[in-house]
Amino acid sequence: MLLQQIINGLTLGSVYALIALGYTMVYGILELINFAHGEIYMLGAYLGIILLGFFTAIGLTSYSLTLSIILTLVLTVIFCSSYGFTIEKIAYKPLRKAPRLSPLISAIGVSIFLQNYVMLTQGATDKVFPQLFGDRGIEFFSTRVSFLQGAIIAVAAAVMLVLHAFVSRTRMGKAIRAVAQDKTMASLVGINIDMVISVTFIIGSGLAAIAGVMVAMYYGLVNYFIGYSAGIKAFTAAVLGGIGSIPGAMFGGILLGLIEGLGASYISSEYKDAYAFIILIIILLLKPEGLLGKASEEKI
Amino acid sequence: MLRLERVHTFYGPIEALRGIDIHIERGEIVSLIGSNGAGKSTCLMTISGILHPAGGRVVFKGDDLTGASPHAIVRMGISQVPEGRRIFPKLTVFENLEMGAFLRRGNFGELLEYVYRLFPVLKERARQYGGTLSGGEQQMLAIARALMSRPDVLLLDEPSLGLAPIMVSRIFRTIEEINKEGVTVLLVEQNARAALKLSHRGYVIESGAISLHGNSDELLHNEKVRHAYLGE
Repeated sequence: MLLQQIINGLTLGSVYALIALGYTMVYGILELINFAHGEIYMLGAYLGIILLGFFTAIGLTSYSLTLSIILTLVLTVIFCSSYGFTIEKIAYKPLRKAPRLSPLISAIGVSIFLQNYVMLTQGATDKVFPQLFGDRGIEFFSTRVSFLQGAIIAVAAAVMLVLHAFVSRTRMGKAIRAVAQDKTMASLVGINIDMVISVTFIIGSGLAAIAGVMVAMYYGLVNYFIGYSAGIKAFTAAVLGGIGSIPGAMFGGILLGLIEGLGASYISSEYKDAYAFIILIIILLLKPEGLLGKASEEKI
Repeated sequence: MLRLERVHTFYGPIEALRGIDIHIERGEIVSLIGSNGAGKSTCLMTISGILHPAGGRVVFKGDDLTGASPHAIVRMGISQVPEGRRIFPKLTVFENLEMGAFLRRGNFGELLEYVYRLFPVLKERARQYGGTLSGGEQQMLAIARALMSRPDVLLLDEPSLGLAPIMVSRIFRTIEEINKEGVTVLLVEQNARAALKLSHRGYVIESGAISLHGNSDELLHNEKVRHAYLGE
């Protein structure tokens, strides 16, 4: 029972972590809470359903399920990244020198726009995801890990390892860190700030797209407002780990997933969605910089 | 080589530069001296494209830089060591140098060897976070980082600020050495005596306007400069 809840929590948590990374990376660079980020995840889930449905119709899924899923992930990442890129250019870039509240309002506007855009084009009812995996899975110690759970945890872990290597090793990754530390100085060494910001939105949106496809497969249905609660929970995960910190977002996401999984089974499943917010309130009261975050230093 | 023509720059609502003219020839060290808030840093930030002039032009090697983006200006060959050094604190010394070479204007390995020769301590500290260095080491790293883009013109903002006298003379000797290797230097300083001794020519800036300019020797002996900036 305990092990089962841990597995379930890990599955959910690795998805939260993927979404939380998008919040934290954008915050690290622009000090903006990108409230439209949850909608990118929702778009990813929708496109995942549409593409997998299409691949089933043309018979690709029965020919090779792995190929269909990889193709779905790649296309969804490209689609969502171009959304993220465009949103930044249209809704945030013109407001870069505006007071901090303005881009935040703009982000909420984009979020409302995307929800309604999807509702109008895809309908207000739930869309059901094709059941592609049947009941496959492994069992041990009376705990069941479905094939899908295993895949979600593995994909999320692999993506995060790649992201970590990218940020710590590559020239562009180091430039992202440099911009997060001192934007003016980064431009004085010749880093194109606009380009780094675009790359950050592209990466964050790509991660949300992967999360969207995986969650849609896991729960089997999507609707136009799943981005809201997933977004708020991932945001909580980012704050829990320390907003702006990449390892913090990974850690916070997984921790939040575990708390939700364990809370739902041992305390009450009625309050499943409330745990995230209880945690958010506790963190903001006791350690507002987050578990892995540093208290912001006074800049001279 | 680098010319500012009647440049006006606003810093918020304040007109920080009120039509200044400065020219720097290839191979020179030119110092810009003045008191706090006279517009020295604004002048460098305008050249680097962080601030955009409201009037006048900045011309570099015949090209108009006015309105160009900061990274384009670095690509053209102007590099700045800003006031307060602004090391990336959570990047290692080596990564700070890598960021200095972001645009790959020269051979990375050769440039790295060159700056390690200028400042051997940076090689020892290569794996340390920039934020853990002492003030003097940070100043060396800031200069080394700026040199990693192989600039034609190096803009230095208060390199002596907050450093022990022995470190100041070391930094100034290194600036002279860098200049002898062919890098043109614009040096902004409050330490007017040291700056004028090092430079070929100097400008005095007062409330956003150039009040005096001439050979450094002349300025060192100028009655007004001696009184206002050399404390005599």
